[in-house]
Amino acid sequence: MTQVFTTLQWSDLWFLLEGAWKTIQISVVSILIGTLLGMVFGWLMSLKNRALTFGVMAVLDVFRSVPLLIQLILFDSFIAIAGFPMPAFWSGTIVLIIYTASLVAVVVQSGIEAVPVGLRNAARCLGLSYWQEMRHVTAPVGLRTAFPSWLGVALATIKDSALVSAIGYVELLRASQILNTRTQESVKIMLIVGLIYFAISYPLSRMGARYEQRQKS
Amino acid sequence: MDYQFHWRPVIQALPDLLKASLVTLEVSLIAMALGLMFGLVLYFCRASSLRLLRGFGSTWVEIARNTPSLFQIFVFYWGLGEFGIFLSSFTAVVAALTFNCAGYMAETYRGGFNAVPAGQDKAARTLGMTKLQSLRYVVLPQVLRAIYGPMTNQFTWVILASSLGMLAGLRELSGETQYFNSRTFRTFEFFAATAVIYYLIAKIALILMRLLGRPLFRAERARP
Repeated sequence: MTQVFTTLQWSDLWFLLEGAWKTIQISVVSILIGTLLGMVFGWLMSLKNRALTFGVMAVLDVFRSVPLLIQLILFDSFIAIAGFPMPAFWSGTIVLIIYTASLVAVVVQSGIEAVPVGLRNAARCLGLSYWQEMRHVTAPVGLRTAFPSWLGVALATIKDSALVSAIGYVELLRASQILNTRTQESVKIMLIVGLIYFAISYPLSRMGARYEQRQKS
Repeated sequence: MDYQFHWRPVIQALPDLLKASLVTLEVSLIAMALGLMFGLVLYFCRASSLRLLRGFGSTWVEIARNTPSLFQIFVFYWGLGEFGIFLSSFTAVVAALTFNCAGYMAETYRGGFNAVPAGQDKAARTLGMTKLQSLRYVVLPQVLRAIYGPMTNQFTWVILASSLGMLAGLRELSGETQYFNSRTFRTFEFFAATAVIYYLIAKIALILMRLLGRPLFRAERARP
């Protein structure tokens, strides 16, 4: 019998690792830029301006209330309509950046609000300017409380980057599907892919758990 | 931009989309209910003194939390076929979301149980309650109150995550949208409408959960 499907080879592992590298690239870019944007939004929401807080919150809430998959498809079709074709890496990453930012904003806002008002006022009384107080008092205290939740968001972004496969970017999950179609050895491939995701995510989640425990004691 | 928006096909398909949202709700409700139950079981497994149970619970929780949910859906939909288990898209998606939810809820339960002072259980046992009675009448009600907020978030998450069913051939809201998209090629219009429907579903679910939570936990709130 002629062989229709070729079996799994060592070079295929390399193909998967290449996919994993792309997953890491998307995740790192999304988390970095998403965090920066999210910090700005979170800061805007922590200002004592009702209308601003409400406006930013309502807009960001949309990104948290619509499935990421729908956002990806929508943005992908939108750029085709608007006539800005871009590689799937960027259309996927841009959506992921905004999604991450909308999650980080909440984390940052609650981090800033966790800093006692008295502490901030005291800093101002000592003659620190608004930005000095932000930089030397609110940031260190607030970011420390926000860190575990932020790590949770970062982990979610890594896992959600798998959805970019739906708009055709060949990251880890998509690479595994391609291999699967050729070799039909789904169990082995899924096991490897699961292990790779686990190897990326588990150390980070352990780190978060340890950090939280240390904060408590 | 020389694209002509055509909303008519979307309006014509709206009844079907809304009908498909019922499937979305069905999937989410079943997965959430099962996830809540399995999550509690997993919590007890991890809190158990038996090493085997602890290992089982931890393995489940860590896999559920550290791999993408889309990957989990693929495993249930395609991966199990190798072992001769063929699930329908509906069952596979529900099973995968349940698996994921249970993992996250197990952690939430842990937080809830930690929030109940150990003295409460001891006091109940001293009063002559059995272990099960103390759990049922003293500890669990307080745990449920503590986890109600996170549970609401989890429910929203499940509703949104059920959209991944589309990639496993399930005709829920997203799958139905994809079906109409492939017939009309009005990708943007259809998915924009679906985004609005998802937003409304998520918001309505959130409001309902809040309304439901109020009478459920009123007694505790009245306490000073």
